[in-house]
Amino acid sequence: MARELLEGNVAFAEAAIRAGCEAYFGYPITPQTEALEHMARRMPELGRAFLQAESEVAAINMVYGAACTGARVMSSSSSPGVSLMMEGMSYIAGSEVPAVLVDIMRGGPGLGNIAPSQGDYFQIVKGGGHGDYRPIVLAPATVQELINLTVEAFDLAERYRCIVVVLADGCLGQMMEPAELPPMRAIRPSAERPEWALNGAEGRSPNVISSIYLEPLEEEEFNRRLLAKQAEIEAHEVRFRELALDDAELAVVGFGTSGRVAQSAVKFARQEGIKVGLMRPISLNPFPYDALGRLADRMRAFLVVEMNGGQMVEDVRLAVEGKAPVRFYGRMGGVVPFPDEILAEIRKLNAPTEA
Amino acid sequence: MQTEIIISGFGGQGALFAGQLLAYCALDLDLHVTWIPSYGPEMRGGTAHCTVIISDDEIGSPLVRDPRAAIVMNLPSLDRYETLVKPGGVLVVNASLVDRQPTRQDITTVMIPATEEAEAIGDRRMGNLVLLGALLELLPVLPPEAVGESLGRHIPAHHRDLLKSNLEAMARGAALASAARRDAVEPEAVSPGAA
Repeated sequence: MARELLEGNVAFAEAAIRAGCEAYFGYPITPQTEALEHMARRMPELGRAFLQAESEVAAINMVYGAACTGARVMSSSSSPGVSLMMEGMSYIAGSEVPAVLVDIMRGGPGLGNIAPSQGDYFQIVKGGGHGDYRPIVLAPATVQELINLTVEAFDLAERYRCIVVVLADGCLGQMMEPAELPPMRAIRPSAERPEWALNGAEGRSPNVISSIYLEPLEEEEFNRRLLAKQAEIEAHEVRFRELALDDAELAVVGFGTSGRVAQSAVKFARQEGIKVGLMRPISLNPFPYDALGRLADRMRAFLVVEMNGGQMVEDVRLAVEGKAPVRFYGRMGGVVPFPDEILAEIRKLNAPTEA
Repeated sequence: MQTEIIISGFGGQGALFAGQLLAYCALDLDLHVTWIPSYGPEMRGGTAHCTVIISDDEIGSPLVRDPRAAIVMNLPSLDRYETLVKPGGVLVVNASLVDRQPTRQDITTVMIPATEEAEAIGDRRMGNLVLLGALLELLPVLPPEAVGESLGRHIPAHHRDLLKSNLEAMARGAALASAARRDAVEPEAVSPGAA
């Protein structure tokens, strides 16, 4: 496969197709509509299902229904649309069926605007819908990573029978970068669907998929099973990227777009002789608590950079456990920080503290 | 080494496509590149701009406050980006739509009547490539021949008949920029204040 110049939205849609996505349900919303457009063109020509629903509420419930058949299914949207999907997400989590959602975040709250934002970290990483569940959340920073993580999302969703959210923002959705798409995977034959799938009970006892546990003790048992699954996910699926941390005294932490802007700032700071590195969490659930905790043993201070008012910083503080000061720099409302703003914060962090 | 270029104008002037052409060429030359558009509730006649970053190394931020170069295709773009170009950088101005000279002395500036030049070649819509040709003459970030080849490789099929005149438009822009640079350098060389 050769590198192509790909827009983020088109890249993740095509990556999903090549990962064997059999059905896509969605509703247009800027800044991710190009994904829907790509799916609208490609899925029918491959004999797969594309459906533009009447709303995001309908779309996620179609994802729920199709996921129950054991097919690879997905939706994508942006912040306000994703909010509308939260009830369905909870039902999907409560039914333990695999589903993939790509959220191209934009400025909020409310209708907000269509500019890039990371304001939905709390909503997505901590669960979103009601009840005790957490999706796996993956945060790409480049178009290539967006492609790779979308493919991986389908595998993880099936392995853990859970929701996997690829959490990006309008910046990554709209930008073009050279990237390589994976080869086309064959669609799994329906006879090889998972044994829990609802695909006709001929010759076997019927499967039941439901999120109702009227008896509290049974519901608690189910909750425990989700917790055990979360523990397994935490043990096996932590992903992050470290840069220039070997000899560093200061660490900048940022995910997605703010992580890659911070990468530029770290590079400039290094040119000034400041011993600073970058820790970029890629899996937001499971969060790299241990890796950050280990860094906290040898860092003088941390700077967390986000395109929100301070959300992931709470998880960084949990990981650092007070072993080093954790400062925060955020831009909100759809504003993407420039590298020089973060560089100024790194300089401040590096300045000798007053006695 | 990283070079940042902002191309800005009214919607419909081809600012986004000119940036994409740079990005395609960087891809073809196996360089790192990012292209990011302004996007919004766009309408014809509204503003449109893109940021292109070309580098021999991994690119962090796809956005910069102070680009190495800017092509400004209308007055609001000149007002916005003239002050932001890095000292020593390049500013290419579409003189067809801009009636004031840039005032910065610490950057290379050139005024190109892109619309008239493009019209003379056959289609006023090629003004973006006249300006791009001028930029590449003053900012050696990509070889102009390579950009021409990439244009041939990536131009949409229904515009393929325009390839030759597009290349001509780029060459015209380069020639104008080259002449303008000579004019700018020569008076300075004889200036009594130069010593």
